[in-house]
Amino acid sequence: MEALIKYTLHLADNALIMGHRLSEWTGHGPVLEQDIAISNVALDYIGQARNFYQHAATQINGSTNQKFNQSTNQLIHQSTEDTLAYLRDAIDYKNHLLVELPNGDWGQSVLKICCFSAYQFLLYNQLMNATDLQIAAIAEKSLKEATYHLRWSSEWVIRLGDGTDESHQRMRTAMDEIWAFTGELCQPPSYDPGFVNYALLQQQWNEKIAAILSEATLAIPADPWMQSGGMEGRHTEDLGYILAEMQFLQRAYPNSIW
Amino acid sequence: MVVAGEISTEKIWHILETVCDPEVPVLSVLDLGIVRDVKIDQDQVEIVITPTYSGCPAMDMISMNIRLALLEHGLSNIKITSVLSPAWTTDWMTEAGKQKLKIYGIAAPDKKFEIPADGVECPQCHSHNTSLTSEFGSTACKALYKCKDCLEPFDYFKCH
Repeated sequence: MEALIKYTLHLADNALIMGHRLSEWTGHGPVLEQDIAISNVALDYIGQARNFYQHAATQINGSTNQKFNQSTNQLIHQSTEDTLAYLRDAIDYKNHLLVELPNGDWGQSVLKICCFSAYQFLLYNQLMNATDLQIAAIAEKSLKEATYHLRWSSEWVIRLGDGTDESHQRMRTAMDEIWAFTGELCQPPSYDPGFVNYALLQQQWNEKIAAILSEATLAIPADPWMQSGGMEGRHTEDLGYILAEMQFLQRAYPNSIW
Repeated sequence: MVVAGEISTEKIWHILETVCDPEVPVLSVLDLGIVRDVKIDQDQVEIVITPTYSGCPAMDMISMNIRLALLEHGLSNIKITSVLSPAWTTDWMTEAGKQKLKIYGIAAPDKKFEIPADGVECPQCHSHNTSLTSEFGSTACKALYKCKDCLEPFDYFKCH
């Protein structure tokens, strides 16, 4: 039970932090249409996060496992999607490091979405058959959105990678910035409830990304050092800044609503 | 006050026909295909709805509008349940709904789960000489196109 709650939070945290980070683009996109596009992508992630947090809250409230509640402090009281998003600290967040990275330029952002949505597309394909029926339902629902995100972002990666000298150079820089954070995407967390064949996920992800990067004329680094730890609560300093901004109001004015 | 047990499900469906999507106001929630079931259990009416997109910001408002419409007809014990599976698809949109969309100026979904690069019928001049401007339009459920004949930009309700 504890593993399933943590896994649900892992899926929720990935979607929330991805969506929150991308929403920083709203009003700053390179052209109006793409500003709207990336804001729509962010909105999809926030919607997915809400579904996963609601599911986690239902499980937590129904759980009698006091040890879990003590270890997470804030969750002793009735949990809701809002308490889970706004009242957990960085060490409790279980998202991948990739999603908390600063947006960088447009090239870095679309490369990040491309790597993440390839992972999400393949992951949800497997989670649709999870024995936890609510996780399966959320995956089925979200898969269609992940399909759009992957198509849209991969077109941008190809356009910029196989574009001008300037755009190609920027995408090489984006690869240098992001690649080291893609290593943990297809690794199982320590609280893996066993819905996903991670070896298969890694193989499919490698194939999908290799095809996109090849078309984009971007080289994959050979045998690079990969960062990890996000799923276990060991984050970059960037997550703290996201949470500080996102959680400030609820921390300063508890239970305020609008 | 009306007791749920005294009202037919047909009547409830008729009431739901009057509840519109706040972002595409020509479509009722039935045209959109987001009402999955109507159940009457003793004195309670339960409406089962499903979101179009996970992040659709209109869902809370749609729930509230359904509740208000039923309240107006004297029902008070109302439960609105949201289900995710099976996932909503534009296949559930009614033919009447698609016609209303076209008249409103939004191209209706016509190919299964695809964003055609071109060839979507312009809702203004009916030309098929059109091109995709952006996969994401004014809302998550629409893409942005332009017509190369009448030069008007228009929204295309994406197949989903």
